[in-house]
Amino acid sequence: MAEQSRRDFIGLALGGISTVGGVLALGAMKKSWDPLPSVQSAGFVSVDLSGMNEGEMHTVQWRGKPVFILRKSADTPSNDKRDIRIGEKRFVVLIGLCTHLGCIPSYEASSRTFKCACHGGVFDASGIQTFGPPPRPLDIPPFKCNGETIVLGEEGAEYQKMTKKA
Amino acid sequence: MAQIKKAEGLIDWLDQRLAVKAFMRVMMSEYWIPKNINFLWAMGVVLIALFAVLLVTGLLLLMYYKPDVNLAFDSVNYTIMQEVEYGWLWRHMHGVAASATFLIIYIHLFTAIYYGSYKKGREMIWLTGMVLFVAFSAEAFSGYMLPWGQMSYWAAQVITNLFSGIPVIGDEVVIWIRGDYVVADATLTRFFMLHVVLLPLVILAVIAVHFYSLRFPHVNNQDSVELDFEAEAQKYKEGRIKESRVVPFWPVFLSKDFFVVGFFMTFFFFLVCYHFDFAMDPINFEPANSMKTPAHIYPEWYFLWNYEVLRGFFFDIGGIAAMDIGLIAFVFANVVFFLLPFLDRNAMNTAPAHKRPAFFVWFWLLIVDMIVLTVYGKLPPTGVNAWVGFFAAVVFLGLFIALPFITKLESKGERQ
Repeated sequence: MAEQSRRDFIGLALGGISTVGGVLALGAMKKSWDPLPSVQSAGFVSVDLSGMNEGEMHTVQWRGKPVFILRKSADTPSNDKRDIRIGEKRFVVLIGLCTHLGCIPSYEASSRTFKCACHGGVFDASGIQTFGPPPRPLDIPPFKCNGETIVLGEEGAEYQKMTKKA
Repeated sequence: MAQIKKAEGLIDWLDQRLAVKAFMRVMMSEYWIPKNINFLWAMGVVLIALFAVLLVTGLLLLMYYKPDVNLAFDSVNYTIMQEVEYGWLWRHMHGVAASATFLIIYIHLFTAIYYGSYKKGREMIWLTGMVLFVAFSAEAFSGYMLPWGQMSYWAAQVITNLFSGIPVIGDEVVIWIRGDYVVADATLTRFFMLHVVLLPLVILAVIAVHFYSLRFPHVNNQDSVELDFEAEAQKYKEGRIKESRVVPFWPVFLSKDFFVVGFFMTFFFFLVCYHFDFAMDPINFEPANSMKTPAHIYPEWYFLWNYEVLRGFFFDIGGIAAMDIGLIAFVFANVVFFLLPFLDRNAMNTAPAHKRPAFFVWFWLLIVDMIVLTVYGKLPPTGVNAWVGFFAAVVFLGLFIALPFITKLESKGERQ
């Protein structure tokens, strides 16, 4: 009986320590797969908007993603929840990845829409989906306005106001 | 322990230490296979041959391939294709063998469905086979990323993005899998690890279990006759070879398999030498560019049916977003084949499909529907194509939902 309980103890001790070690090791493995700090801090991108003409669309890269910056022309419908007003000018800043499966839509200036070639999704000039499989509007990246320059990656007052409304 | 004596020869020396004779008997010369089978029963050995080709060519490619976003494309398209002697051969053999493996897996799988080899004691063979299908799919997907061309990149982007469909934690899971906000260097290197080490290890282990699970229920036959394997084996061993309804795996059965393998490998090398381009999408000869999506993104042919089920649902139904319906259908399509032995409610009838009228119709509808899905999976999803894809996807789901009812009715009919 004494021998039996000693074997039980050894078994339980080994099992217990292995379980704890295994769980900790799984946590370490999970973290090894996380994005590296250098990747996470990969940047705050400043874009100068002062030189953009009406109806012009620029694509900049931010954290490996394309970001669309469109200056709306006067006759483009405005969207108070998504437009960034700098003085008289209206801009929209959108992450240029289709919310369906992550393809990059292209901007068609004539119809003022973003069209995704992969599965036929269409977004209007404010980034709202109007056709096809996209489940939600194009995402707005965190931004902060500094005069006529915006910084992507920082959450400014305008961005916070925008996300609250949405 | 056995008494070790002076050996009479090399075989005897090994036999005293490793019992090689008993091992050969159990694994080869007294492993009994029914006589009434056809060439479709050779697909397993064809797959082994293809896996060997993939392994050997893979090792040669591995010596020059560089899993780094700045080097990968050139290491494949310049170093391996132009500098390494016969590098082009290893690459084309590897690419064509990957495609051919899926062709044979599909034949293997549908043979099992047609002849009812997935039920009545053979469920574990079916389940381990489906695990192999999933492991090979992961292997194909991770391997497709390695040349780091436009299609590699965007296929990786689209497929990893599927995980964003997981409720609540989806977006974080996608970043975790990629190791970056987008498919990037970290993604390439970790999928390289999966492709060359982890997944091959898993595949080898599951192949062993797959073979083992075949041993007790035995190989099915094309008339699904119940054989008394011990009695039939006894007849064979007594020399009544014609009367016996079984043959030993080695040398009798394998020699037939070798004929089929020889025939198939002729076709394989014909493809490698003259039509290797079908496994080489031209879009993938443009280096990966995260700022430019190719006009059409489609997977290799063997994933098209699955892809079409995913994108077939292109409009919202009853307040559920089109994308979510597509994802649910996609998950369903990937899981449902696993459930086949349990969806079949007439588990004791293992007759081939042509002796089961309702099941026969079901089987060929499934084949036709999957061909339609495959064809439309490659076409741009616009206009009438989108609707064909939608209906084919609905039919696919419907067939599996109908299967329990069809087989239940069949079993009722038999009892009367």
